Amino acid sequence: MSTLSMSGALNMALADALEADERVLVFGEDVGPLGGVFRITDGLAARFGDRRVFDTPLAESGIVGTAIGMAMNGMRPVVEMQFDAFAYPAFEQITSHLAKMRNRTRGKVEVPVVIRIPYGGGIGGVEHHCDSSEAYYTHTSGLRVVTPGTPQDGYDLLRDAIDSPDPVIFLEPKRRYWSKGEVVADQRRTGFDRALIRRPGEDVTLIAYGPMVATALETAEAAKEEGWDVEVVDLRSLSPFDDETVCGSVRRTGRAVVVHEAAGFGGYGAEVVARVTERCFHHLHAPVLRVTGFDIPYPPPKLEEHFLPGVDRILDTIGRLQWDDEVRGA
Amino acid sequence: MARTSLPARERSLLPTDAPLSLLTKTGEPVVDPELVMPDDDVLLELHRRMVVGRRFDTQATALTRQGRLAVYPSSRGQEACEVGSVLALREQDWLFPTYRDSVALVTRGVPAVETLTLLQGGWHNGYDPHEHRVAPQCTPLATNTLHAVGLAHAAKLKGEDTVALVLVGDGATSEGDTHEALNFAAVWQAPVVFLVQNNGYAISVPMSKQNVAPSLAHKGVGYGVPSVLVDGNDPAALYAVVRDAVRVAAEGGGPTLIEAITYRVEAHTNADDATRYRDADEVAAWLDRDPVDRIEAYLTARGLLDDARRATVAAEAEAYAASVREVMNADVEVDPAELFEHVYAEPTRQLREQAALLAEELA
Repeated sequence: MSTLSMSGALNMALADALEADERVLVFGEDVGPLGGVFRITDGLAARFGDRRVFDTPLAESGIVGTAIGMAMNGMRPVVEMQFDAFAYPAFEQITSHLAKMRNRTRGKVEVPVVIRIPYGGGIGGVEHHCDSSEAYYTHTSGLRVVTPGTPQDGYDLLRDAIDSPDPVIFLEPKRRYWSKGEVVADQRRTGFDRALIRRPGEDVTLIAYGPMVATALETAEAAKEEGWDVEVVDLRSLSPFDDETVCGSVRRTGRAVVVHEAAGFGGYGAEVVARVTERCFHHLHAPVLRVTGFDIPYPPPKLEEHFLPGVDRILDTIGRLQWDDEVRGA
Repeated sequence: MARTSLPARERSLLPTDAPLSLLTKTGEPVVDPELVMPDDDVLLELHRRMVVGRRFDTQATALTRQGRLAVYPSSRGQEACEVGSVLALREQDWLFPTYRDSVALVTRGVPAVETLTLLQGGWHNGYDPHEHRVAPQCTPLATNTLHAVGLAHAAKLKGEDTVALVLVGDGATSEGDTHEALNFAAVWQAPVVFLVQNNGYAISVPMSKQNVAPSLAHKGVGYGVPSVLVDGNDPAALYAVVRDAVRVAAEGGGPTLIEAITYRVEAHTNADDATRYRDADEVAAWLDRDPVDRIEAYLTARGLLDDARRATVAAEAEAYAASVREVMNADVEVDPAELFEHVYAEPTRQLREQAALLAEELA
């Protein structure tokens, strides 16, 4: 066990995967000698050589499209999109080809490609560097979409993603790259597509993922003062969705709030609310609420604090869960 | 196989002003210092496969009228490209076709019923790509160029002797992926051959509204990709330039861009009305440059093709068409449960629930 930042854990996962399987290739923009703009691939080109870890021309559709062709020829490409919004040029390759190749060919052609995308805000990034683009990918059948909330999950989920026979959109919460935690290599305890209860509680379930896991845990601590015992569920895998863990928690607590940075309208949280309501209706004491970004383009750095869900806004939302109507123990 | 071109020509970035050719439109041989006429057995095979391929194409169009195919994009008039390019490939090479390249697929050996599964509507793709080394027919334009470059680059990394040939049309050269693919292929020196079948129209839009460069082949120059302009209705020349590009790629010489000037004799598909955007005189002029007539005339004049062989090839084409009718007239049964089977390696819990729901509806 060692203490690592999430970026260090991701780097270790890539190194271990490259070491474990010679079919694994790492490529993208600036991932070679520079080690990526966030240094996630630091040292990998030197260690594994420029035939396995290499810079490509600056073209995202080209990176994903060629990764598909390489996967058709037996490779396991792990490609980096430099930022969330810079992945959009690859959208057609991802949705029309990567996601559909197995289905189109009735299972004859597998394309085990991992697309790593740093996403979300909170780092003072300028325009086009802070999008939460998860809903575009979760809406596409054939893709797995995962996002770690802790350094350990950074390691575990990335190793799982690289081992997966399915294409994976791997969303890295860039504001948590520097958060530290204990990391154990090669000991993946939680299933690839399972959610985790990060903190048990009895009164309300906070459902979060990626960058909002830490915010949800912070909120749970602050909620103690209000007398609320908050359970925090970290989704980890956005698609497929772990109904069992999420609904198990909500049935126990009877209240739920979904938190994400992305805009709320048509967002991923709407799917979570619908699934929880459909499955847990008779256990609910209040409507399932959401705390999300506003329905606006991501704001400029000086205003992003007003956009991002924070402890106060989440506490206010928990407060609106019709506590007064409840007859405890009835 | 004899070398089909001279070394001096091999790595020139610029295409020639006039398309390379080995046969005039009436089938007289052209002495071109750039190209060597393929061997007689190759020419006879080109002829045989083009006749069979054209009959397949005609049969497929007829099947749309009978409701057996949802749609069929014909490649009538483009047989030199469809057949010449595929015969120039080696067994270990890969083909990345588009929706218009069904004749290329059957020439490569994909069974007709598997080739037409997409257009019949039974599934999105009917064959095992790995078995034939033929990627699924690509319906989005130009996206297959990048897949070909990726597959070819992986082959290079693995030390495999494999070349990827990707087919696109003139319209696809306006798509960004074509340009990214040319650049990636050049930077990586990937063993890939780009064949642009310039058939004059992207559905209804003519070349004049698609491109103002001297030729589509010129687009390779900016990427450092050697480019060739060839008469796309000349099967001998088409075969020679593709064979040469495959050889260069296999020897580590990197990619080649080939533009073949040809013509789509039929409408875009059976659902299109070509009279709205082109006149009959233009079509007639191109029928006069027919690729099958051209090679027949040459082989006949050479004494290689007599009435007996012509009849044998025609009979083979008819027998093939009859077999296509037979397999395509059989009703297709696809199990609706299969809808959920191939989305992921293992169906997710959600998909298993939805499969059960559909099964209940069908019970």
